[in-house]
Amino acid sequence: MRRLKVFGSLVKDSLDVITHGSKKYHIWMAFLTFVMLVGMYCYSVQLEHGLSVTGMTDRVSWGLYISNFTFLVGVAAAAVMLVMPTYVLKDIDFKQAVLIGEGIAVAALIMCLAFVIADMGGPSVLWHMIPGIGVFNFPNSMLTWDVLVLNGYLFLNISIPFYILFKHYQGKKSNSKVYIPGALLSVFWAVGIHLVTAFLYQGLQARPFWNNALLGPRFLASAFAAGPALIILVLAIIRTFTVFKIKNKTLKKIAMVVTVAAQINLIMLASELFKEFYAPTHHSESAYYLFFGLDGKTALLPWIWTSISLNVLATVTLTFHKLRNNSKVLYFACFILFVAIWIEKGFGLIVPGFIPGPYGKIVEYTPTGIEIGVTLGIWALGAFVFTMLAKTAIKIETGALRYRKKES
Amino acid sequence: MGDSTKKWFSLNLGNSNTKPSGSCGCGNPSGGCGSHNSENADVNAIGEERHKDGFEQVFDVKMDRRSAFKKLTASLMVGAGAVTTSCSVIVGEETKEKAQIDWEEQFKGNYKLMSDEEKNGTVDRLVRSYQLRTGKTISLSSKNAEEDVLFGYAFNISKCQGYMDCVTACVEENNQDRSSQMEYIRIHEMKDGKGFNFNEADDNYYHEVPAEGHFYMGTQCFHCDNPPCVEVCPVQATWREDDGLVVVDYDWCVGCRYCMAACPYDGRRFNWSTPEVPEEEVNKNQHYLGNRMRKKGVVEKCTFCVQRSRAGKNPACVEACPTGARIFGNLLDPDSTIRWVLENKKVFRLKEDLGTEPKFWYFMD
Repeated sequence: MRRLKVFGSLVKDSLDVITHGSKKYHIWMAFLTFVMLVGMYCYSVQLEHGLSVTGMTDRVSWGLYISNFTFLVGVAAAAVMLVMPTYVLKDIDFKQAVLIGEGIAVAALIMCLAFVIADMGGPSVLWHMIPGIGVFNFPNSMLTWDVLVLNGYLFLNISIPFYILFKHYQGKKSNSKVYIPGALLSVFWAVGIHLVTAFLYQGLQARPFWNNALLGPRFLASAFAAGPALIILVLAIIRTFTVFKIKNKTLKKIAMVVTVAAQINLIMLASELFKEFYAPTHHSESAYYLFFGLDGKTALLPWIWTSISLNVLATVTLTFHKLRNNSKVLYFACFILFVAIWIEKGFGLIVPGFIPGPYGKIVEYTPTGIEIGVTLGIWALGAFVFTMLAKTAIKIETGALRYRKKES
Repeated sequence: MGDSTKKWFSLNLGNSNTKPSGSCGCGNPSGGCGSHNSENADVNAIGEERHKDGFEQVFDVKMDRRSAFKKLTASLMVGAGAVTTSCSVIVGEETKEKAQIDWEEQFKGNYKLMSDEEKNGTVDRLVRSYQLRTGKTISLSSKNAEEDVLFGYAFNISKCQGYMDCVTACVEENNQDRSSQMEYIRIHEMKDGKGFNFNEADDNYYHEVPAEGHFYMGTQCFHCDNPPCVEVCPVQATWREDDGLVVVDYDWCVGCRYCMAACPYDGRRFNWSTPEVPEEEVNKNQHYLGNRMRKKGVVEKCTFCVQRSRAGKNPACVEACPTGARIFGNLLDPDSTIRWVLENKKVFRLKEDLGTEPKFWYFMD
């Protein structure tokens, strides 16, 4: 009963926190709301006219939505790179950052689910997928695995920080015996969500571009580069705009994680390029299309080469201690790395899987304005959710928000 | 490749006269394809829910789902527009009935798991709904697969001249969307002397045929015995029927298009917008799993014209072909033409290395 009361008070206090803030905060939230509204308008157009308002066709049947979904699963998985050191290895330097990392994971997962729903032809019959009342084709369909692991991970990433914040809110210490098992589980679960998502593509014998054993490991490497890179940028912003203290040491340690992951990712890229181009087979055509274009069709060329240049530049920059330890250079490197991997793991991965088609037909894909609008709207949704989560968490962690503080 | 066709015969067709569901084309006695003994084949083909031993369970699951759903939606019903209309006393009987049908159709189960009674129920509703909306009556069948039937198809590359009469007949027979020009069949125009080079083939030609120095090859859904598209569907909205047809329940499909990514043969099409068929062109002889009207956001595909083939007729493409390049029949009937072709011609299939076991063979005179 008492817990309910505390919970009620927490909800009320959080609402108070997220509706009050500086002018910059209000402008930021208003901007996100505006983008979300635009996205919702675009989605309503899509609902009315069907997916024909997107650039997708029977030849390229997945596009921007599934690309962003794939990338964001990686961002969500990356929270584990903070969870493991903090909760399992007891590295005190990560402690401040971990709640932010988990907040990013929650926002990324919500975006993932939103992208999947946006991609559905029949969102009104999605209940067909709910186990019990629908038919859940488990374990045959990797998509059902993905539904399970994504929702499970979302639950873990909501419940652990919630428990900790709930305790701190009451001015109590969180009991590590309660959350450590969950944290341990989430470490394996994070690897699981990204491997399962890779298996979604990897298991299709119809698409040789995806059907390769390196896809899963490479997903992990790129995720552990892009995710923590985003976390560094977010922490840098939080450090500037709030009273929340994040030590340089923390950023440096996360930067180390980014660096190693980015290096591994580059090695795997080299291995893939070697396999596709040293002895090209019929199955290398998608890679040819992606990197050099086929039959004069070159839509992806500027994107993938931008991605590779940024990727190499960022990795080289991060590799030198001197450059990495300069915070301005670090932020820049993290930003370009994030963009590079968004391209590479987004439409640089999904679209060429369909080109050339099963019988060699080359039909290109260009997203439409509606599609881009929905995509931006979902990204804004993610940022909106994250801002609210982070603001509340920071207030509690800095001690500004406490149960019954006002009375006492 | 010829060898593997032989295996198809010795392993499948010989056995399958007595045990039709035990047929398997993988030719691997160790059971790698998972469809070797008849019990396995059942699971593979229809899914666990219809496992013969578990019929009772199936029934239970079904009732559970239904009742659970009724409870769940009970509260929603209050606000639902459909119900509001159906409860209103001002609107006419027909509007009420339409709302009632729409409501029941929205929350019906997966066709694959329905009993024959439930199948008839949904078919009656759909016929009535069409009547209410257009004033016209359609014939909608829910005929199940017959015993000792396994459909197969053969395509004579020497005979095809690329007239595309099959494509036109298919579109008319199967009520495909006219506005997006959806076609299940693709005819690939290939250059002589280049072999089967799909990369240089043109599947979208607009000139007089047969073009000098070219030959033609048609592709469509191959109704694989081990279909990757069926495995990946998250809601089992697509499955392999007992007579080998790979079908889709358009009302159960959620439109995720995972099956389209999984199909190595470009056999599936998606309704990107609401399909349009002019009323006077609608083929009113329909089957629930075949050419009944689709809606936007669902996947569809060739069903070997289930509405015709289960009525003992040839698919529309076979009937329409002016050159006799298309042969269709029951693989389990030793006297069928298709069996004669498989036994006497050098047949091959596309992308056999993927282990999909298509039931669609190519041959030359």
